[in-house]
Amino acid sequence: MAAGSTAINFSTPCALFPCQPLSLGFSRSSFHRHQAAKNQRRSTRRAASTPAITAKLELKPPPYPLNALEPHMSQETLSYHWGKHHRGYVENLNKQITGTELDGMLLEDIIFLTYNRGDILPPFNNAAQIWNHEFFWESMKPDGGGKPTGDLLELIKRDFGSIDTFMEEFRAAASTQFGSGWAWLAYKANRLDVGNAVNPSPADEDKKLVVVKSPNAVNPLVWDYYPLLVIDVWEHAYILDFEARRADYISIFMEKLVSWEAVGSRLEMAKAQAAERESEERRRQEEEEKNAGDAEAVEMYLDSNSDEPEAD
Amino acid sequence: MALSLRNLVSRNSLAPLPIGRLLLSTRGLQTFSLPDLPYDYGALEPTISGEIMMLHHQKHHQTYVTNYNKALEQLDDAMNRGDPSTVVKLQSALKFNGGGHINHSIFWKNLAPVNEGGGEPPRGSLGWAIDTDFGSLESLKQKMNAEGAALQGSGWVWLGVDKELKRLVVETTANQDPLVTKGPSLVPLIGLDVWEHAYYLQYKNVKPDYLNNIWKVINWKYASNVYEKESA
Repeated sequence: MAAGSTAINFSTPCALFPCQPLSLGFSRSSFHRHQAAKNQRRSTRRAASTPAITAKLELKPPPYPLNALEPHMSQETLSYHWGKHHRGYVENLNKQITGTELDGMLLEDIIFLTYNRGDILPPFNNAAQIWNHEFFWESMKPDGGGKPTGDLLELIKRDFGSIDTFMEEFRAAASTQFGSGWAWLAYKANRLDVGNAVNPSPADEDKKLVVVKSPNAVNPLVWDYYPLLVIDVWEHAYILDFEARRADYISIFMEKLVSWEAVGSRLEMAKAQAAERESEERRRQEEEEKNAGDAEAVEMYLDSNSDEPEAD
Repeated sequence: MALSLRNLVSRNSLAPLPIGRLLLSTRGLQTFSLPDLPYDYGALEPTISGEIMMLHHQKHHQTYVTNYNKALEQLDDAMNRGDPSTVVKLQSALKFNGGGHINHSIFWKNLAPVNEGGGEPPRGSLGWAIDTDFGSLESLKQKMNAEGAALQGSGWVWLGVDKELKRLVVETTANQDPLVTKGPSLVPLIGLDVWEHAYYLQYKNVKPDYLNNIWKVINWKYASNVYEKESA
C-alpha cells in the first residue's frame, strides 16, 4: 500500500487518471467479450439537465425467483441479501461515480482502476461487491449440488487429486476467511506481472485451478485470475438461516446449491481466454523478433558505410 | 503481540481486568474461559434482543475463547520446540481469537440495562474530557456512528484514551484487532461491535439504526472508571 496517499476527490473529472484509454499491462477485453451477458446490466438515459449521456448500473436479479433456493437458502435471506445489500451497492456506486470519469465505464474496468494496486479507493467496495454478488447468484441454482462433470471434473482431479480434496480445500478456505469475505475456485492463467504485489499464488504453475479466499470486497479479478465459483461468507449471507454455523452453510451450499453447469461453462471461457492470450503473446514475440532482426540489418549497413579511411 | 498478552495475563491489580477468569492447565499454560454476563440475556431489550445476546455470548465469544486456547497451546508447544515458523504462522490465529476474546470481554462491560445505569451520560472527568475533545456527547456519538456506518466488512468502533498524550480518541479496527493495534498507548473505553452478528438478526442490514440505538444501553460508569484510572 502506498504510504501517505492523498485524498482523492472523485467528483472532479480526470483528476485521478489521465483521460486516455486504459492500459494496465494486460488484455482484459477478451474477458468482456466472454461475459457478453453481463453487459445487460447497464441502461443508458439522457439526464434531464445535461446533454451528456449518463449510464446507470442496474441491479440484476438472480436467474431464479427469490424463493427458488428454499429450503437451503430462504426467501427471507434472498430478499435482504439481494433486495437490500446488493441493491445498496448498485445505488451507492451510481451515486459515487456520477459526473466522474468512472461514469459510463464497464464494471470490470471500474473494479481494476479503483483497486488501485491494493491501495483501495472508495468506489471499489461498491463496484466489486456488485460484481461479486451477481457472480454469487449465478453460482447457485435450484436443485443444485451434485458433482462436477466433463472437463471441469478432469481438471479438478488433475489439480487437486480428487473431488473430495478439492471440496475440503474449498470448505477450509470458506471457513477460515476471517471476518467478511469470499472463497473462490478460480482458473489461474497469468504468467504476467500482476503488479499489485498481492498475488496469492505467485509460485503456482500456469493454467491450473486454484482455491483462494479474499477479504471484504476483493475478488480474483484483481489478481488476473478467472473466477469460476464463489461462496459469500459475509455473515449476512448465512446468519438468518444458519446463525453462527458457517460450516453448516458451507456444506449446504456445496451439497444443495452450487451450479456445476455455471462453473463448467465459465471454465470453457477461461480456457478460451487463456488460449487467446497465449496466441496474442506468441504473435507479439514474433513481431518483436522480426523488428529486432530488421534493426540489426540496418546497423550493419551503417557500419560498412562508416568504414571510410580517416586519414586523407 | 504475545508479549503484551502475557503482561495482561499476569496483572495482579483488582482494576477491571478485561479478560475472563484464568484457568491453569497442568503444563502451567494460562488458558481462558468465557466470562459471565453481568446481566440476563434479555436485560438489554428492546435495544438489543435477548436472542442476539445469547448467540453473541454463547456462540461467537465462546468460539473465540475455545480457538484462542487452542492457539495458545499450539504456540506454547512451538516455543518449547524452538519452532519459529509455527510461532509466526500462529500469529493471525492469536490475533483473531485473542482479539475476539479481549474485545468481547470489554463489550459486555460496556453495556448495562437501563435500570442499572445503561444510557446515563458520563459525569465527572470523562464527561469533561468528551466536551473538551469533541464539543459535546452528541457530537461524539455522531462521530462514532459515522465511523461505524462507514466501516467496510467487520470490525469495531472505539472510544479510547491515549494515556501518553492524555487525550480521547475515536478509532476503528478491522475484524477482531484490539484497539492497541492502532497505538500502544491506546486504552479502550467503549467499543461498538459492528460485525453483522452483533445486530443483524434484529436490525437486518440497517446498521445505522443499531448504532443510533445502542447508546441507550451504553454503560458510561465503566468507561469513566477506566478513564479515571488511566488519567490518574
